[in-house]
Amino acid sequence: MQNRQFIVSHAPFWHNGSKISSRSYNTVIAAIPALLLGFFHYGSPVVGVLALSISSAMIWELIMNLITRRPLTIGDGNAALTGTVFAMLLPATSPWWLVITGTFFAVVIGKQIFGGIGSNAFNPVVVAVAILMVSWKDFFDFNEALLNYDFEFIAAYPLAELKHFGTSAITSFDTVDLLMGKQTGGMGATFGLGIIIGGIYLIIRGIIRWEIPVSFLAGVFITALLFNISDPLKYANPVFHICTGYTLIGAFFLATEDSSSPVNFVPMLACGAFAGVMTVLIRNIGIYVDGVIYSILIMNLICPIIDKIRPKALGKVV
Amino acid sequence: MIKKSFIGMAKPQLLCEALESVLPEPEKISISARATFLLKMPHGQSVGKSSFSFEEGDKVITGQKLALAAKSNEYIVSSVTGKISSIKPFEGNFGQMYTAISIETAQKEEKDKGFKQTVKNVTLENINKYLLNSPGCSSLGILSDSAKPINTIIISGMDKDLLVTTNQYILKSDINAVKKGIKILKEISGVGKILVAVPPHLMDEASVLNVRVKTVGLDYPAAFPELFMKNVLGTVLPAEKSCEDAGVCFLSCESVACLGNAFEKGEIPVEKTFTFIKKDGSNVLVSAKIGTPLVDIFRELGVSLRDKDRIIIGGPMTGFAVYSEDYPVMPDTDAVMVQDSADVSYASDYPCINCGECIRICPADVPVNMLVRLLEAELYDEAAEQYDLHSCIECGLCSYVCTARIPIFQYIRLAKHELACTRSGENHSAEEKNAK
Repeated sequence: MQNRQFIVSHAPFWHNGSKISSRSYNTVIAAIPALLLGFFHYGSPVVGVLALSISSAMIWELIMNLITRRPLTIGDGNAALTGTVFAMLLPATSPWWLVITGTFFAVVIGKQIFGGIGSNAFNPVVVAVAILMVSWKDFFDFNEALLNYDFEFIAAYPLAELKHFGTSAITSFDTVDLLMGKQTGGMGATFGLGIIIGGIYLIIRGIIRWEIPVSFLAGVFITALLFNISDPLKYANPVFHICTGYTLIGAFFLATEDSSSPVNFVPMLACGAFAGVMTVLIRNIGIYVDGVIYSILIMNLICPIIDKIRPKALGKVV
Repeated sequence: MIKKSFIGMAKPQLLCEALESVLPEPEKISISARATFLLKMPHGQSVGKSSFSFEEGDKVITGQKLALAAKSNEYIVSSVTGKISSIKPFEGNFGQMYTAISIETAQKEEKDKGFKQTVKNVTLENINKYLLNSPGCSSLGILSDSAKPINTIIISGMDKDLLVTTNQYILKSDINAVKKGIKILKEISGVGKILVAVPPHLMDEASVLNVRVKTVGLDYPAAFPELFMKNVLGTVLPAEKSCEDAGVCFLSCESVACLGNAFEKGEIPVEKTFTFIKKDGSNVLVSAKIGTPLVDIFRELGVSLRDKDRIIIGGPMTGFAVYSEDYPVMPDTDAVMVQDSADVSYASDYPCINCGECIRICPADVPVNMLVRLLEAELYDEAAEQYDLHSCIECGLCSYVCTARIPIFQYIRLAKHELACTRSGENHSAEEKNAK
């Protein structure tokens, strides 16, 4: 009898086949429709920024892996995903150093110093954009950044128009046009329909949960509606808020990031709605043009506590 | 292996195997040249040659009891006639020590009369003395534990794990023995409430048993005692309490049938029926003597194993892997599974990414995502206190769906084991103090 070597490990011996890399790459796939329209509007700079963003994010991750002497994790696609989503938020004209600095903040400050994937308290992309927005706010002023483009639609950033000129300035924006991406903004953040399609794909694949985007959008809608009812001249209608700025990309791609969002049912609804409410509050009352980035940061901050609301475990006597 | 479907939004539903209506004939494995028995050793006991009432070279006959010389309730019953060829220590899961007793089988079979002489005497004592090592019967010992009075016996015709049909087969093929077994149980245990739990398609078979029948769906893990108690009996078992603490005793159909057969025939049953799950996921029923080395079963079934394959005792979700094909069929082996090296899934050392899949699938609502963070840091007490470690029913679904492929199930079992060890250690030291 020959002596064969068998593999011994512990139960269960089956796995449903899901893995982190397929989650990451599916999210990248879901981002493609929105990015395609960006390419259509802004041309080759989109490819440049996107490629630089993905590659620099992966290189930052690799460098951190080597410095911290931990296993190489760029294969899990999480850095590539971070790079993709980060690029979607940028204007197409972003200079190369802004992209590289941004991915540094995202991957190194946002994720790796906390201990890598799964340990980040905040969405890395949101952290990076928040830091960049504070540091170089001119590059996130889409009117200024996209000055040299000639579009066949209104080349003014809708939220800035609203902020500076009130509702009378936004009457020329048509909802369908906004959804179809006929507005300026981040290179992957303006094509509302594309983002919704990508988001639905992610929900169907089970990669993100419907609770967070739906409650986020509901929070935006209801709060904006209340403002709109209270003073229709001063505050825009809720549909405008949903279709402009980072609202949709925030709902489907930013707020749903795994480790910085809750996992239980009620907390998912609560956190999503909270971020939605905060978004409109910042837009309507605060000084910032768009509130999605900061509202998601605040949501990330409170979600570990909110996530303690959970069903009682079997047989737990309290 | 059941993979995640393209539409991953819905919870994966794992269904246990239903036995087909045409009863399959189990493959009978002939007596092999050598049989091995694993005798469970008490914790912390050193095993010297003098611990046994037998030694190498002794003759053993079928049905003969082999036990430790010192007072211990553990024993094994030889299923073959032959000569003891070796006595070796063997370490099982979680450091449980066994003594592996190998017997070279002789040509002619002789049968031990010890049980036959007392067969008229149907008592719990007799069962404890002779039948605890019979197929599936180890839990019969619970009935005579005076510390935990039993008021309900649930006879399970369900199989706990996926792909396993052993109990369903016994219920279907040996219903008369089950009937007799129930009669004996009623007489000796004095327990008034006896229920039979079966999957829906065996309702008709079970109805002839003259006891109350409850049906349980085939969806995994509905057949687990804790969930059965919650969903069917409507009593939620407090975490950390066993079913026996609540006065409920789960017995498999197999053990009840065994009881019936033993007292009917006056012989200790030594044939074990179990499900054999092949590499392609198909299963056959096999009947072999307890102690038959797995390698003989592989040979008779024409299963060829290569390097890096996996041999699993039990089903795909809750079984355990063994490293040698000499591992014997045991009284509680309900299934044997072989897995091709290409199908082996590996655990990773990734941290939890907080995707929440485990939360959504956990039948006991354990906050697995938080629990695993504490378990990785070996904070077992905190895990039990804050994150419901003891509510876990050990179904393995969290590991099955884990995106980061963390061996969560093993972490949980290890934590429970460690906690139990510290606790029993404390008890020991407390006893010592009292003695002083």
